This record gives sequence, structure tokens and C-alpha cells, in this order.
Amino acid sequence: MAAPALTTSKYAPYWQAAPIALIFAAFFLIPLAATVVVSFWEYTEYSIEPAFVSQNYLDVFDGCFADLPNLCVTFKTYLSTLKFCLIVWAITLVVGFTTSYFLAFHIKSLTVQMALFMVCTIPFWTSNVIRMISWIPLLGRNGLLNDFLLSTGLVTERQDWFLYSDFSVGLAFVHLFTPFMAVPIFNSMMRIDKALVEAAYDGGASTWQTLWNVIIPLCKPGIAIGSIFVITIVMGDYITIGVMGGQQIASIGKVIQVQMNYLQFPIAAANAVVLLILVLMIIFAMTKLVDIRKEL
Amino acid sequence: MSRGADLELVNVTKSYSGTIAVDAISLRIKAGTYCCLLGPSGCGKSSTLRMIAGHEDISGGDIVIGARAVNGEPPVKRGTAMMFQSYALFPHLSVRDNVAFSLKMRGVGKADRYAKADALLRLVAMDRYADRLPAQLSGGQQQRVALARSLITDPVILLLDEPLSALDPFLRIKMRAELKRFQRELGITFIHVTHGQEEAMALADLAVVMNNGRIEQAGSPQEIFDRPATEFVARFMGGHNVIDLAGKRVTVRADKVSFAPGGESAGAEHVRTGTVTAVEYQGYSVVVTLDAAGGELTAIVPERQFFARPVEPGAAAAIGWNAADIHELSPTA
Repeated sequence: MAAPALTTSKYAPYWQAAPIALIFAAFFLIPLAATVVVSFWEYTEYSIEPAFVSQNYLDVFDGCFADLPNLCVTFKTYLSTLKFCLIVWAITLVVGFTTSYFLAFHIKSLTVQMALFMVCTIPFWTSNVIRMISWIPLLGRNGLLNDFLLSTGLVTERQDWFLYSDFSVGLAFVHLFTPFMAVPIFNSMMRIDKALVEAAYDGGASTWQTLWNVIIPLCKPGIAIGSIFVITIVMGDYITIGVMGGQQIASIGKVIQVQMNYLQFPIAAANAVVLLILVLMIIFAMTKLVDIRKEL
Repeated sequence: MSRGADLELVNVTKSYSGTIAVDAISLRIKAGTYCCLLGPSGCGKSSTLRMIAGHEDISGGDIVIGARAVNGEPPVKRGTAMMFQSYALFPHLSVRDNVAFSLKMRGVGKADRYAKADALLRLVAMDRYADRLPAQLSGGQQQRVALARSLITDPVILLLDEPLSALDPFLRIKMRAELKRFQRELGITFIHVTHGQEEAMALADLAVVMNNGRIEQAGSPQEIFDRPATEFVARFMGGHNVIDLAGKRVTVRADKVSFAPGGESAGAEHVRTGTVTAVEYQGYSVVVTLDAAGGELTAIVPERQFFARPVEPGAAAAIGWNAADIHELSPTA
């Protein structure tokens, strides 16, 4: 009853890893390298020349350090993007955590748990552009929300700040990205042995003490992964900010997109590299706080 | 040094949406007793333990510890602590922090709670591992840490949910002896759920055999093994021949019957003959199973005696017993 021997050559693992390695190289490593290279090129209104100059990086931070008590455009844009990032991160964290907690600890039946979890992911069945645009008839000056508030007398005149504002951008971000936070946290929570919660109760811990001393520490890897998803997406976003901000709100992604439209590839590349470094620093700081490998 | 309190269950009932898991059981466990709840899976022993622990609501009846009904109180207030089947050590906390957890919840300062945790870790000989994480310990070591953690609240009753089931057989016997020693030294009540009758007999002062949510028999292991109250207890404890004798259900211990190869009389007051169906060598003795008229019979034959005249399956043989060894069973409810 000997099992048929698997004749595996020592190269087999490499062949198996090759498809993803090639895709990774072709669509991530090479473009990334190209971006870094182009960020050092020279450009004028009508030409782009291969070179190795730091002028683009100096242009990105032009006058920023000299004026310092006052913020230059670049710093203001980064600050605005970071502000969105922080607000959206905080809200998605709270909403994602509480949703996951409800699903993981209050729903006893696994079938119901999975059904409700599917419901959470249903928004992903439509494209995110449609999900964003759907807000417009709701939030606009003549939209449903304004109609409703007027008819109930809660406001006396139509409100402008629902749409094309920081509010609508934040709302769309939270709407779009909460699942990215909720899914990894839910995954972490489902791995927590329910006997640990009982053991904490047995030791006299209150619900809040159990949450703080047992559940949150064990969810840290999920929180870190969800945070990385949300932060990297919001930091680089220009579509949501464009559509929901009425093309009036600045973001780093928007700056890069505009420069690309004017074919100023070298400065766009320099901006992209600066953004990449900033995001990598944030992720690095988070991995210092939490050991993500535990989750993988 | 008994600082315990008596535990009394009065008509304790547990029902889950219509099905009754524990059916109005009453039991008295004196302070300082090592009690084993014994039975097949689904017999209600774990539900009973969890109700005593305060991890499961009681559907009816009272749980009295000392002079106080503790229904609805949290575990620490009851004076109970539980050791979980998989130990349930907090994976993100060091051994010391695991043991000190309960004191931290009560707001005891770091120095004080670590001092007490270290003292308990010394008691279970785990003080050398205080800074390790649970994942870095073996199963037996984890169990000792779990024991230390449950003792830190100074419980009067310690509840153990199949504490030995996660260990390999060799370690199980070693940890079994340790549990008994700790119980004796601490002088508190241990209530230990198990489905192994051997484990219960080795440990218990009071063994409680449960079936279908009821207590079949409660008594010393010797009493239960030698004089089973019902057919279920006799079959569950094993080593018994349950026989129909003149319309009555009786039992004769398999080590009290005489066995003789061939069709000859086994030199006893009652004899039944039949065919040998199985022979199992067990070291001290050999277990012979006989397919006889009136049902299957088992004899535990001393090794030397068996090998003086060995038999093979298929051979004819006789099993006999004396009237003095017959124990009458009460009809099962």
C-alpha cells in the first residue's frame, strides 16, 4: 500500500513560485524602479531628458523649509491628507472593531455569523465609483437629505456642506473602507478561543476588563493589517477626494495626478517617491508595535 | 487545615431550549473532598460543573456553598475557580502575568500580585518558567500554570474540566498523582469531570456516576465498583458480568468468576458453558470472553493460571461463580 512516489525535482518549488514572481516583477518591481529613476530626470515645458538631478525633489519642497512657521503648499497638502487619514482611520477602526465584536462574540450560530459577514461584504459587489456617485442624489443641495431635513423643519434653508465638502469625502472614505478594517479584525477575533473569555470571567474580570486585557491585545495583528489597508489607500487616494470633494480638495494623490496630466512625469515621480517613503515609515512604525506575522 | 465549605446541589436542573441536560440532581459534597463526576459524553457532567462554576445559568434548583445559595453570582464571589480543559492560558501574557491576572483585575499593585504569583508558581514547581509565554511550555507545564492561576483567588472549590484529557497516557498518570497531592495539601474541594472510570477510581473520595442528566450512583469508588447500584453503573465501570438469574438482573465481578477450559465444571455453584470468542493478554491477567447461553460472559484469569492451560478463540470453556459473589442490581429507572 505504498503511496505513489512524487517525483519532484529540486527546481519544482521555483517553478511553482514563478508565476506570481513574474507578475510581481513585471507589474510592481519594474514600474517602481522606473518611477524612482524618472524622479531624477530633467524636464521642461516641452521635453523630458534622462539625467540624475535632485531638482525635482527640491521643487517638491520648494521654499517649504525657509518659510517654516508658515506652511507651504506641499506641507499643507500633506497635512490635509494626513488629517483625512487620521479621521478615517479612527472611525473605521471603531466601526470595524465593534462590528467584528458583535459578529464574533454575540452571534452564537456559525451559519448566522457567516451570513452576516457576507452582508458586510455585499457593497463590494458594485464598483466603488458607483458607490461614491450614489451619494450625490442623497447629499446634494436638492438631494433627499436636504428635502427630508426641510420637510421636518430641522433646518430652515438648504445646506451646502453635505456634498463636495470634507464631510462628504470623509463619509465616502468610511463607507468604502470600513470592510478593509473589519475583515482582518473579525479574522483575529474568530481565532480567539472562547474559553479565554470564560477564563477572564472566572478570574473576576468585568466585560470591559476582558475587552481591554484579553480581546484587544489578541486582535492587535488584525487591527494593524486593517490599519495598513486603510492608511495606504487613503494616503494615495485621488478619485474619492476628487468625486466627493467636487475637485476642490487637495490631496497628494491629486497633486500627482494633475502633474501627470501636464506630462510632468519627473516631478510626479518625485512626489510619488516621497509619498511612498512616508507611507512605508507609517507601516514600519506599526509593525514595530505589533507582530503581524502572527496572523499570517 | 480545611478552609473549605460544603457544596450542596438541590434539584439542580439545566435545560437548553426544551432538552434537559441536567435533570433535578441533588448532591452533597463535604468540604475537602476530591469528587469525580463520571459518565459518558452528553451525560450532563460538564453542564453540572459549569453551573457550579457560574459559567452556565441554572434553569432550576439551588447551588449552596457554605450556608449561602450562590445562584447567579460570579465565580470569584462564589469562591470557585475553574481549570479549563484546554487550560485557556492567555497566549499574549507571560506565565507570571497569567497567574497574576485575577489580582490585576482586582487592582492589586504589581509588586504584591507578582509576589503572590511567584509563590504559587513555586508551589507548582514552575517558578523557573515565570517569564515564558504559554506557547513555550509543554502540556504538563501548561497544566501546572493553569492550576496556579486558578488557585490565586483562594477558591474553596476548584473545578477541573477533564484536566488530563489533553495529555499523553504516561503524563496523565503522573499529573493525576500530582492533582491528588495538591488537593491533599491545599485541603480544598476538587470537583473533577472525567469520562475515564480508571481516573475517577484513582482520584476520588466521592465518585458520582451520571447518565442522561441524572445521578446513577454516588459513593466511594470501592462502593461503586464492588456494589454498582444499576446495570448502567456496572457496565460503565466495566469488569462486571451482568446476568439474568431467575428473572432478576444481577452482576458478578469478572475477577470473581472461575474459568475452566473444555466443557468441564468450573467447580462453582453456578456454571455456564460456551465458546471462547476473545482472549486478551493484559500482563497481570488475561481477559477471556465467552459466548455462553444467556449472553456474553467475561472472566479475568490470573496470568499463570491461564497459561497453565491456555485456550484459543473457538475452544469450548466454562465460567462459574458462587452465590456469595452475586450482587443484585436495582432496576434502572
